[in-house]
Amino acid sequence: MNKFERTEGLVAPLDRANVDTDLIIPKQFLKSIKRTGFGVNLFDELRYLDEGQPGQDCSQRPVNPDFVLNQARYQGASILLTRRNFGCGSSREHAPWALEDFGFRVVIAPSFADIFYNNAFKNGLLLVTLGEETIDRLFAEVEASEGYRLDVDLENQRVITPSGEIFEFEVDGFRKHCLLEGLDDIGLTLKDEDAIRAFEQRHRAARPWLFRDSAQA
Amino acid sequence: MAGQTLYDKLWSQHLVKERDDGTALIYIDRQLLHEVTSPQAFEGLRLAGRKPWRLDANLATPDHNVPTTLKERAEGNAGIKDPVSLIQVQTLDDNCVEFGIEEFKINDPRQGIVHVVGPEQGATLPGMTVVCGDSHTATHGAFAALAHGIGTSEVEHVLATQCLLAQKMKNMQVRVEGKLGAGVTAKDVVLAIIGKIGTAGGTGYAIEFAGSAIRDLSMEGRMTVCNMAIEAGARVGLIAVDETTIDYLGNRPFAPSGELWGAAVADWRNLVSDSDAVFDKVVELDAAEIEPQVSWGTSPEMVTGISGEVPDPAEAGDDTVRRGYTRALEYMGLKPRQKITDIRLDKVFIGSCTNSRIEDLREAAKVARGKKVADSIQLAMVVPGSGLVKRQAEAEGLDKIFIEAGFEWREPGCSMCLAMNADKLGAGEHCASTSNRNFEGRQGYGGRTHLVSPAMAAAAAIAGHFVDVRRLDDQPVAEEA
Repeated sequence: MNKFERTEGLVAPLDRANVDTDLIIPKQFLKSIKRTGFGVNLFDELRYLDEGQPGQDCSQRPVNPDFVLNQARYQGASILLTRRNFGCGSSREHAPWALEDFGFRVVIAPSFADIFYNNAFKNGLLLVTLGEETIDRLFAEVEASEGYRLDVDLENQRVITPSGEIFEFEVDGFRKHCLLEGLDDIGLTLKDEDAIRAFEQRHRAARPWLFRDSAQA
Repeated sequence: MAGQTLYDKLWSQHLVKERDDGTALIYIDRQLLHEVTSPQAFEGLRLAGRKPWRLDANLATPDHNVPTTLKERAEGNAGIKDPVSLIQVQTLDDNCVEFGIEEFKINDPRQGIVHVVGPEQGATLPGMTVVCGDSHTATHGAFAALAHGIGTSEVEHVLATQCLLAQKMKNMQVRVEGKLGAGVTAKDVVLAIIGKIGTAGGTGYAIEFAGSAIRDLSMEGRMTVCNMAIEAGARVGLIAVDETTIDYLGNRPFAPSGELWGAAVADWRNLVSDSDAVFDKVVELDAAEIEPQVSWGTSPEMVTGISGEVPDPAEAGDDTVRRGYTRALEYMGLKPRQKITDIRLDKVFIGSCTNSRIEDLREAAKVARGKKVADSIQLAMVVPGSGLVKRQAEAEGLDKIFIEAGFEWREPGCSMCLAMNADKLGAGEHCASTSNRNFEGRQGYGGRTHLVSPAMAAAAAIAGHFVDVRRLDDQPVAEEA
């Protein structure tokens, strides 16, 4: 996983609540067996005026000029500002893969759906939760000033605006540590291999029917 | 000290290790795998030179991509016309062979939607932890199993370590007391719950569904309710063990037998919340007030009763909600205050992990028997949840009832719930669907999904528009459009 330290970047506003993972990356693109290449199809149904197909050359497709990510002032954005319950719906990890592949490193919203939240952190995508009123203000500021950038400092859990205003955010210690260090979860868990084996042995003794070789004996 | 909730018990029974920061390692008893969210996980194992921790904990079947027409299915994988879908299904087969995981392949009679197959086989048992790279894994909570959807990185993590990194959720109890009216089903109950608490109402919680109306549901009805917990934002939906649970599990292929069965049943009877358990949140619904539900918008919380109407965005609570309603009505092609019964349909889909089990098909067949699908309906399809459900339905003659009424009778798979195969809506088409999500584009680019119960979907197919299934016989049948 990529390390996340600090991102100072252009902010793009997606003013919409309950953005679901079908909207982030439609199902026809889930047929890929890779983890990369989803960025061109991020928000496909909002971004283009036609129906996207896997493997197609997206540079030839008609784009929706009204969609925020197609506007000149938001090109190169690495921070997505959005509304409540972002990432609801399916468990597809293709959603954070697409956001990352497109170039986003941070998503800021009042709340996120649970499964998406997990998936994002496992891929080095930082999700920052701020209060509704703060989000309203950030939307107003982004829209008012072209080239609006934010500085997101994970180490100190702060978002800093161009005027120097600071918004602190919460993030759990373990996720923060993994993100800052770029740690591989599996490698970390396997350090507890002995504890897992010991648990497994007790578990099997207590409830052998949970193990198919015992249940079918 | 207060007693434990069912969720607390399941959590503590699987806790391997708890870190100081609140992150825990929990042991996973069962992982279900399908073709869409597993290829990158297997690839990760290969790249790191890792092997699955415990093969017998895993069970795989292709479901999302598989075609549902008999013609294509007759040829097995070779019949999958979409080359990208074919690669994905073939990759699952190859990975299961390479790593030694049991798979019900495309034309195995036991193949089907993972969330139908697991319980049907007894591969989902009370007291288990069950995961799958699919958010509707909440379904298995109907058996008092701690079950939830995970992402692909977590699929790989569980394959490699048999554990998951998790944080304990909060406890919510949703109590539905009283008797459901005739024609009101488990699907209507869960849609009414989502309508009440909202699509983020359960975020951060494990929801236990309780109350006499839940107890009165069959296991299949309970699976329908738990299946949609995620549509209320909760990864986990649970229902306590009772006789209904135990009766369902006897003699299932993966379930224990002989002496172990007795020991298991004795243990399972403890899988209920203690009477003095404290929930962080309690929500109550009166079963008698629930009428057949129909979703009108692009989020499952945008739902109302069949006697209701589409809301007026001008009356929404806040700006964000108002904009959401306005956008939803525009996408759905509906007007404020339009009557639900005035919504005309183009297609009807009966299937999905929410509603494709034998009881669902019986409910729909009861409505369709001796009637005809309205001429204005372009396609009405019934997609059984598994090969075994299909076989059972055919043994009962349900296939004939559907075919005579003008429905298409298909092969098992996820089908038009998410339209990864060839079954999809065209732009602007309205569909009465027994699935679980009405998101924009979910059932096809520009498609307009209305979530309903199997009986309501069948009734809509006959009438050509939404109609109260309790009064179908009083309604004039739609004339030619």
